[in-house]
Amino acid sequence: MNAEVATAPVAEAAPEKKEFWRWQENVWFDETKKDWREAKIITCGIDVGSVSSQAVLVCDGELYGYNSMRTGNNSPDSAKNALQGIMDKIGMKLEDINYVVGTGYGRVNVPFAHKAITEIACHARGANYMGGNKVRTILDMGGQDCKAIHCDEKGKVTNFLMNDKCAAGTGRGMEVISDLMQIPIAELGPRSFDVDVEPEAVSSICVVFAKSEALGLLKAGYTKNKVIAAYCQAMAERVVSLLERIGVEEGFFITGGIAKNPGVVKRIERILGIKAVDTKIDSQIAGALGAALFGYTLMQKQAKAA
Amino acid sequence: MIANYGYKDGSGEYYISIDTDKCIDCTAGRACLTACPKNMFEIITDDYDDEVAWVKKECTRALAYDCAACKPAGGYTSLPCTTACTPGAIKHSW
Ligand code: SF4
Ligand code: SF4
Repeated sequence: MNAEVATAPVAEAAPEKKEFWRWQENVWFDETKKDWREAKIITCGIDVGSVSSQAVLVCDGELYGYNSMRTGNNSPDSAKNALQGIMDKIGMKLEDINYVVGTGYGRVNVPFAHKAITEIACHARGANYMGGNKVRTILDMGGQDCKAIHCDEKGKVTNFLMNDKCAAGTGRGMEVISDLMQIPIAELGPRSFDVDVEPEAVSSICVVFAKSEALGLLKAGYTKNKVIAAYCQAMAERVVSLLERIGVEEGFFITGGIAKNPGVVKRIERILGIKAVDTKIDSQIAGALGAALFGYTLMQKQAKAA
Repeated sequence: MIANYGYKDGSGEYYISIDTDKCIDCTAGRACLTACPKNMFEIITDDYDDEVAWVKKECTRALAYDCAACKPAGGYTSLPCTTACTPGAIKHSW
């Protein structure tokens, strides 16, 4: 190689713009379970949400693996990519799957789905699996909407309410604050407790106004942590008011990405005076998991009818 | 199942709730469909394969405005939807 070329000055690369809002995408499968090739019924749930997409595989009614990633430009590709990610990991092909159920706002655009079921029914079913049959009240804090759901011991919805009118109290709202504060999204929750005194909630319930209010608080001398705490408190108050409309019963479970943010979850628990049911399963896959479980039930019904 | 459609904003809570168990064997001949001047109701097959009424998606974000003409100040003493639905499945929160 020509040394002169090799050492020639190169234009300085533009500094990479940090994406503080970017949350951890995740592909996982349960290595302790028997190989999927031994399963009699394999079902898949695909949840195409406005912010994230998940593909969950269920073997004989048990969670086997999943892929959780950011939603792309269109629903069909997001669905395909989510499923491909987990299938590649375990050497599975689409034809190995017996039944696919689509859910989420893009559920009718999952090209290989046999059926579409609303995210309300799927979150209830997923929460029933993740938190057990004692779960009665579910709060789903999704990317761009919030749902309050009551269900019975089988995970069947008995009452629901959805707020998709504004992004306050949703994952998208938290992403906006993460970017604004220039703090990685996973750090927001823990940092919201690193304050001398718990601040009042930001007064606005609209994410756009909350943004300008947050900037105002910084100018007024609030630390970033204090602003985050005020925002987490506002989100908690906002979703609690949604929950109060249908009432909160014991066996309270939170699904969706915000369930991973202790800054919001602990404040919700504090306001309600009850603790949310714990789970080791990623809260973000509840909808897709419920969809895959619906698929399993449908396959069992078909088998019985045959 | 009680299905709540609507929203809460700075001016108040605007929800229409439908007790879908009453829709399954509707004894009002699906009267909600024709009673609403804004055509807000529709019969769908829900996730549990029951045929029930719901509020059309495109209507759920503007209930305060769309229902305004039916509310008492608009000249009604009762709402067309709740009156037509004799099983009592429809309720308004405001
Ligand atoms: S809302 Fe009332 S009128 Fe409409 S289908 Fe249900 S029970 Fe019948
Ligand atoms: S109040 Fe009037 S516009 Fe609103 S749902 Fe009832 S009938 Fe329709």
